[in-house]
Amino acid sequence: MGPLSLAQDIGSRWVYWPWVTDHLDDIWMRLSQHVTLTFLAVAYGLVIAFPLALLAVRWRRLYPPIIGFTGVLYTIPSLALFVILIPWTGLSRTTALVPLVAYTLLILIRNIVAGLRAVPPEVQEAAQGMGYRPLRQLFVVDLPLALPAIVAGIRIATVTTIGLITITALIGQGGLGQFMIDGFQRDFRTPLTIGVVLSVALAVAADLLLVGTQRLLSPWARVKTR
Amino acid sequence: MSFLGEVIDWFRDGSHWSGNDGVIHRLAEHVQISLVSILIAAAIALPIGIVLGHVRRGGLVAINVSNVGRALPTFALLILLVQILGIGDPPGLLAFTGSLPALIALVALAVPPMLTNAYIGMTQVDPDVRESAQGMGMSGGQQLTRVELPIALPLVMAGVRTAAVAVVATAALAAYIGYGGLGRFIIDGLSTQDNVQVFAGALLVALLSIAVEFALAGVQRALVSPGLRVGRERIARDIEQAPVQAVATAPAPIGQIPSK
Repeated sequence: MGPLSLAQDIGSRWVYWPWVTDHLDDIWMRLSQHVTLTFLAVAYGLVIAFPLALLAVRWRRLYPPIIGFTGVLYTIPSLALFVILIPWTGLSRTTALVPLVAYTLLILIRNIVAGLRAVPPEVQEAAQGMGYRPLRQLFVVDLPLALPAIVAGIRIATVTTIGLITITALIGQGGLGQFMIDGFQRDFRTPLTIGVVLSVALAVAADLLLVGTQRLLSPWARVKTR
Repeated sequence: MSFLGEVIDWFRDGSHWSGNDGVIHRLAEHVQISLVSILIAAAIALPIGIVLGHVRRGGLVAINVSNVGRALPTFALLILLVQILGIGDPPGLLAFTGSLPALIALVALAVPPMLTNAYIGMTQVDPDVRESAQGMGMSGGQQLTRVELPIALPLVMAGVRTAAVAVVATAALAAYIGYGGLGRFIIDGLSTQDNVQVFAGALLVALLSIAVEFALAGVQRALVSPGLRVGRERIARDIEQAPVQAVATAPAPIGQIPSK
């Protein structure tokens, strides 16, 4: 077997283990880039979505324009939104992060609003009757009750973001998408497989972690689901 | 010259509009593959979703099919399909769409939201309404076409809209695996570091998606019976008051959230 056909053989295998063991450092680096960017996007998304959702619950009329605007943002294809800031912020993390945050807003706001609106009025009245001030009522009564809906939103936002970050490799932001690009360009399937498997695994793991956290934080909801 | 001035000049340059790599041709490619894959996906997904919803069976499958799609990124799907199928034209009548892996990826992407929404739309038809249709002596088929489908139409259309927007977006990404379409301007501009072309391409892709979304919203308004629309709004407001569990247990929100 000549060296060329040997290379082709290795390239066409879905997993060539020696490559994997040689590149554990790279794999770890890409994975942590992916996790960091996901975390930042969802965290910033929550910081922006939360006050907007509160405004929309307090003043119902604000809800349609907020959802309309974030809906239009969500409609813009990821490839377009990821490159639109390049002229101003270059191939930087900011260029990737702004669209990622923008995409989380619609999902997060919708679920936070739905969760808060579903808090039973009797419960709110009871809290008021007990002398709770608005802010305390929000944090001690309303938000805990809305938690399952809010976490459902965070789950969708997180899983969607993990998928989107595979594309940010196209604007030089690394992450697991970089393995997909490497594998595609060099006709070498191993990095491609690693990139795909790890990004799916990451999405599933993040989802399970969020469900678990929510179950710990709102034990009463578990009884209801029966 | 300011950057936006350069972008305006890019659009005013006639050579960017004509020829095989001009805006007109790329737009035609983009619309063509999107339209074909939406039609194929609709032909697969809508009958299955509507029939399953009509007989009220297989709900678990119908709903979970859209959760599976969310975890596998579309970018990964495109590249995987190129590895499996190679870059080539689809066979036979579909050859004109230009890329087999792109076509399959787009169809695979469009099926879940249509199937799930069609199913949910059908199951949400009030059982009383179905019973009265039966009481009036309608056959199963008549019930389906004259009563259930018109009532389910808003959700069915929401699924089609979601799918269409996702398909147009992913067709742009297909430029990376060598397909034409408007994404070409972005991908080629990135590799030659031509920010003006990248930005112009991004504008075109964004405008096309928004146009598709609004056009389909218009189609939906025209198709849905006006009497139903008023009722829908009332129902929608009631749903907002529904218990949290309804939102929490449906991690795939119906309608407007496509897997990106």
